[in-house]
Amino acid sequence: MKPFAYHQPGQIPDAAKLLTSIEDSKLVAGGMTLIPTLKQRLASPVALVDLSKLGSLKGIADEGATITIGAMTPHAVVAASKLVQTKIPGLAALASMIGDPAVRSRGTIGGSVANNDPAADYPAGVLGLGATIITSTREIAADKFFLGLFETALEPSEIITAIRFPVPLKAGYAKFKAPASRYALVGVFVAKFADGVRVAVTGAGPGVFRVPPMEAALSGNFDASAIAAIKIDTDGLTSDIHAEADYRAHLVTVMAKRAVDAALS
Amino acid sequence: MQISFTLNGRPTTVDVEPATLVAELLREQLNLTGTHIGCDTSQCGACVVHLDGLPVKSCTLLAPALDGASLLTIEGLQGVPGSNRMHPMQEAFREHHGLQCGFCTPGMLMTAVALATEKPDLTEADVRHGLEGNICRCTGYQNIVVSVMAGAAAMNAKGE
Repeated sequence: MKPFAYHQPGQIPDAAKLLTSIEDSKLVAGGMTLIPTLKQRLASPVALVDLSKLGSLKGIADEGATITIGAMTPHAVVAASKLVQTKIPGLAALASMIGDPAVRSRGTIGGSVANNDPAADYPAGVLGLGATIITSTREIAADKFFLGLFETALEPSEIITAIRFPVPLKAGYAKFKAPASRYALVGVFVAKFADGVRVAVTGAGPGVFRVPPMEAALSGNFDASAIAAIKIDTDGLTSDIHAEADYRAHLVTVMAKRAVDAALS
Repeated sequence: MQISFTLNGRPTTVDVEPATLVAELLREQLNLTGTHIGCDTSQCGACVVHLDGLPVKSCTLLAPALDGASLLTIEGLQGVPGSNRMHPMQEAFREHHGLQCGFCTPGMLMTAVALATEKPDLTEADVRHGLEGNICRCTGYQNIVVSVMAGAAAMNAKGE
């Protein structure tokens, strides 16, 4: 790693100010992606702004029809939360499948969503549930937040403070994990609401995306059989050392069916 | 920068560069070489320590994160005070041949103790899921899983 200055602001405006005033500074949440990136010298910021002293960014709140998870809440806390397990068990299950116990101790929901890794789990849950990303300056709907490979709607000095999830009637997540990294080769999140079903896919392409034909079919009949015959187009899907695009396309249908089964179980 | 934390129960203050990894700090500055660096890419888990009771990979943790926290390394795992017995999880690894070369063992033990502390009634499936971040090149994992199950039972029996 190249040397850097280290700041631990106590207030969100101070963190935003540091980020704006120090050119080439970066936010660090749990560091599960950033620290390996620094070690490989793929990034060499002059300063890190650590969000861990911002106590207001931690915790899970119950608002009845929604739950709000603070950006610095680690995956292990979401996975073990009785509130999340009761109201959105599919989201607690998703958190329990991220990485390994050590990653879940440190990695945070805000960090994962801000990073928008194309194979990360949380973007599927956030888009699949139609969550709202709350930042230091505004609220952004999930449908307008994820813009593609590691790209989001966040402005350079904008900080995610929390994510608000509407409580669905049913929701489930299934992933086919890459065995070494436990990242999603393909992961599918399915959520059923009173006004319809949302299906979000991670791992298959350069960014998380929805599958309207599956959403329409499941809105009519929320059963895995309703989507068994729906194949997604391989155009734009990822082909790499782990899997070809047509294999990923196949897995989208298989994982979507399993996600529906998980939601119904 | 100066950071103060509790290391295996003792108050500790050190001067570090912010870009210091906890694994480096432990091994090179504090001479605690029980924490092993296997891959240095947060894959293998040989460097797992407990930060405020939670398992973390010390090769993927910056030293400033220790400030004000409590750190437990493999050197801090203890058996019954006053006896010459090791920690029950260590005893179980010895009893059930949970290691061959031993390189991964400090990380396996720290992950295993965290698992058994979090969930006293561990199932084999819990152990296999919980050990996903720890790689062993020798044992084929079978005896590690057996050891963790036995160690967890022993910890539970002793109320640790």
